[in-house]
Order: sequence, then structure tokens, then C-alpha cells
Amino acid sequence: MAETAPEPRNTPGARDSRPPEEPEKRREPAADARTYEAEAPQLPGARPEFEAESEAEAEAEAESGTGPEGGAESQAAAGSAPRGGIGTGPGRLLVTLYGIFTVGAGSRSIVQLSTRFHEAPLAYLLSAAAAVVYAFITVSLVRGGELARKAALLCCCVELFGVLAVGTWTLAEPSAFPDATVWSDYGMGYLFIPVVLPLTGLYWLRRARTDAPVR
Amino acid sequence: MLTPLTVALAVAALALAAWCGWAAWRDQPTKDWHFAGMAVVTLLGLAQLVVGVVELARGRQPADGAVIFVAYLLGVLVCLPVVGLISLSERTRWGSLSVVAGALVLAVLQVRLYDIWGGGTGG
Repeated sequence: MAETAPEPRNTPGARDSRPPEEPEKRREPAADARTYEAEAPQLPGARPEFEAESEAEAEAEAESGTGPEGGAESQAAAGSAPRGGIGTGPGRLLVTLYGIFTVGAGSRSIVQLSTRFHEAPLAYLLSAAAAVVYAFITVSLVRGGELARKAALLCCCVELFGVLAVGTWTLAEPSAFPDATVWSDYGMGYLFIPVVLPLTGLYWLRRARTDAPVR
Repeated sequence: MLTPLTVALAVAALALAAWCGWAAWRDQPTKDWHFAGMAVVTLLGLAQLVVGVVELARGRQPADGAVIFVAYLLGVLVCLPVVGLISLSERTRWGSLSVVAGALVLAVLQVRLYDIWGGGTGG
């Protein structure tokens, strides 16, 4: 059992096709966790950052002697979690929205910067900056992985800060902005989506982290 | 610009958004019929592009400039194919919601197109 089990259980397809009672048989908590720990670093398809995490999980399990549920859950995490997980499921909707805003803010700033830069340089440059931030988050979400998740998290903070700062700025000193930016008036011209988007992004990216390790 | 076509596209896009939103509500991915709906709306978008280009060729000028006008028309055209592909790669309710987002963007683009063409005053 210990010979054959660790291999198939870490590939999603094999895990799915396994008969439902199989996991029950394998539940000898401590021993299972240990073999799992030993096997973890050689997972065939696992990504680097994931190996580290699943190893830590198994270790924690072995120490605390978590019951069978813990073991089964960590298998599920190891096997299924498409660890580019931040770009799938609800993340895919975020990718779509960020993609739309990248195109929207990007094309808008390109047109404005190239045709009438001198009219409102500050506003147009801020729109361009917003486009860059949106583009970066989109790419990070699509690529996935722990590093991209952290980078996207940071960018969502920058984005939120940008919306709030520019929004306040445009209200406090309208004369500095002869023309609107994407983030003017907290994104009012875009149905306030520019404010909601980073909050949703932060929520999703933080959740993606707490989902991965099993408690 | 052909105002009835613009209105028809906006209404069709909103209907598509509601339809796919219904699918997402029921936790379903997009189905063949949804894609047929996206195809219909995209064909309307293609018709709009042709009409718009013909109008430009006949010498009429949009209020905000021809470049932006054509860019928006192209945006209308690619909008649904892109979200359609996304919903193909995400066979869950979230794929359906992505189509909703794209369809809503298309409806907003129609409003903007109307402004760009006539500034709301002339056809």
C-alpha cells in the first residue's frame, strides 16, 4: 500500500478515478503522514512553491497527530489545488475584469497621451500608471504561483491606494485635472468599479493563501 | 450612425448578460445556446462595424474623431469572442459571470459609441 499509494494520489486524475472507499483504507494517520512527507518533495507535477508547503503541512500533521481528516485534506490540497489557483474559479472573473480595465485604461491613455498630452499631462500619466498596474495584476493572476500572488497582492494595495489618493486629490484640487483620469472621483465614471476591484482582489488573493495550507 | 442598430445591440447585450447571469445564478457553465447568443450579438457588432465604416467612407465625421470611433467599433466586435473563450476555459459559474461582465461592457460601449458619434445631439 505504502509503495503504490503515494504516486497516484498526487495526480488529480488518478485521485478522481479512485473508488470512494479507498481513502478510508489508507487512513493510518501517523504513518501515512510520514510516508507522505518523505514522498512530497518528489511529486511529479508539483510546482516548487507547492512542494515546500505540502512538506510543511505533512510535518505539522505528523507532529500534532492530526486525524484521518487532516490526511485526506492534505491529499486533496496536494492533488487538486491547481496551484495557479489564483487565476481559476472566481479568479477567472477577476482576470476578465482586470483584463477589461487594462484594455480600457491602456487604450484611453495611449490615445490621450499621443493626441493631447499637454492638455492634462498629470491626468493622462495617472491613467497610464493605472493601466500598468492593471496589466501587471492581470498577468500575475494568469501566471499564478506564490510569487505572483504576492506581487499581485502588493499591486492591489498600490491600486487601492492610487484610487483613494487620486480620488481625494481630484475632489480637493479639481484645477489640477482639466480632464478626468480612470481614478477620478474614486472611479465614478467607471461605476466605482476601480474601488471595488482592488478590494475584491485583496480578498481573493488573501483567501487563496489561507486555502492552500490545511489546518 | 444607425441609432436603431445601436439600441438593438445594447438591448441584446443586456439580455445576454441577464441570460448568462441566470446560468451563473444556477451554478452552471455556459452552454451551446449561450454561445449561439454570443454569436448573434457579435454578428450585430459586425454589422455595426460595417455600417460605421460605410458612414465614415461617405464622409460623415463622428464628433470625437474617427480613430476613437473605429477603436470602439472594434472593441464591440472582439468583446464577446474574448469572454466566450474565457468561459470555455473556465467551465464553472465563474465562466458564465465572465460573459456577463463582457456583455455589460458591450452595452456600455454602445452608450459611449452613441456619444462619440453624435455627442447625443445629432445622428
